Amino acid sequence: MDESLDAVSKEQVYVHTVYNEIASHFSQTRYKPWPIVENFLKTRKKYSIGIDVGCGNGKYLGVNPDLFIIGSDRSDGLINCAKGFGHEVMVSDGLSLPHPKDTFDFAISIAVIHHFSTPERRTQAINHILSKLKPGGEALIYVWALEQENSRRGYKEGMPQDVLVPWVLQKKQPKKDKSKKNKKQNRDQQKDQEETVDKPEEEKKEKKEEEDSTKYRYYHLYQKGELEKNAETAGGIVVDNGYERDNWYAVIRKPT
Amino acid sequence: MKFLTTNFVKCSVKSCDSTTDSFPLGYDNCKLVQTEQEFKPDFILSILERLDWNALIQVAKDLGNESLPPVKPEGELLQNEDLLKDLHTLLIETTIIEGEMICNNCKHVYYIKNSIPNFLLPPHLA
Repeated sequence: MDESLDAVSKEQVYVHTVYNEIASHFSQTRYKPWPIVENFLKTRKKYSIGIDVGCGNGKYLGVNPDLFIIGSDRSDGLINCAKGFGHEVMVSDGLSLPHPKDTFDFAISIAVIHHFSTPERRTQAINHILSKLKPGGEALIYVWALEQENSRRGYKEGMPQDVLVPWVLQKKQPKKDKSKKNKKQNRDQQKDQEETVDKPEEEKKEKKEEEDSTKYRYYHLYQKGELEKNAETAGGIVVDNGYERDNWYAVIRKPT
Repeated sequence: MKFLTTNFVKCSVKSCDSTTDSFPLGYDNCKLVQTEQEFKPDFILSILERLDWNALIQVAKDLGNESLPPVKPEGELLQNEDLLKDLHTLLIETTIIEGEMICNNCKHVYYIKNSIPNFLLPPHLA
């Protein structure tokens, strides 16, 4: 990682740019809701209104049709995927959300806050989400855990918490026109990629890009108790917390 | 972006947080479409309680609709199913597919393209 970069530039290079590059492939792998998130959404009061900050391809936006949820993400590539599924979404930054304060009944932010590259920005992100909730409103936050010894990645206590995690873009995917000149056109073509036939003159180019197809995303791996500490510094009350599938989660209530 | 969402978005510039002019945004050059959606009267009743009615009127006016009642319907009026259906059509079925949103405080313009509003700020405003 280029350590000379400031926090904002680091997130631009190692988070925002990468998610746009891998959006389509990433989205194909994100369709199963995690049980605790699903349960949180299904136990909200009927017709509650909420926000999903860092909604990605919007896999949680349709879990409970009796809620009105506005999803937002920093990646327009992922938001295009979410829109394709018919969700109510927008492109926005997690530290400058375009919503009135004290408004929503709930918020979720799943696997997002760990992409902010300083403790101050991670705490600020939680504080900013809470600011949009009504007093007493609840936010469910998920972050990747340092303690995941049994996972494929094998991160565990004692290892560095600020890491670059590789995303390998699958090579055996049906080929698509990789021209980067026109992003929108590129996205439109991806929709039809299964029908696209690989042309011989493109083979050389494809090969070159295979070598470049590992993208690195920045993560801060959370230690046990760290999320709760961030939440309290952000002015929230932790009403539930735990560990699920290599992630720490907390339900954070905005004080009344 | 659904018409309903205009009641839940404001300017994302920090220094506009303290003014009332950053909500609602002004809407200009908008293209609208209607898409049929399931009518849930109890959802409309519930969301009605949450709406800033003056903001709704202002945005509707920007978009060329001046037919909303001047005060938020309440009491017996809410038993009028035609009214609820009209609100359903406006809030849920009407979407802005292209357009501009302007902050009435800082004058920054945000764009809606392919039904997706973009609230990212240029570096000097972020």
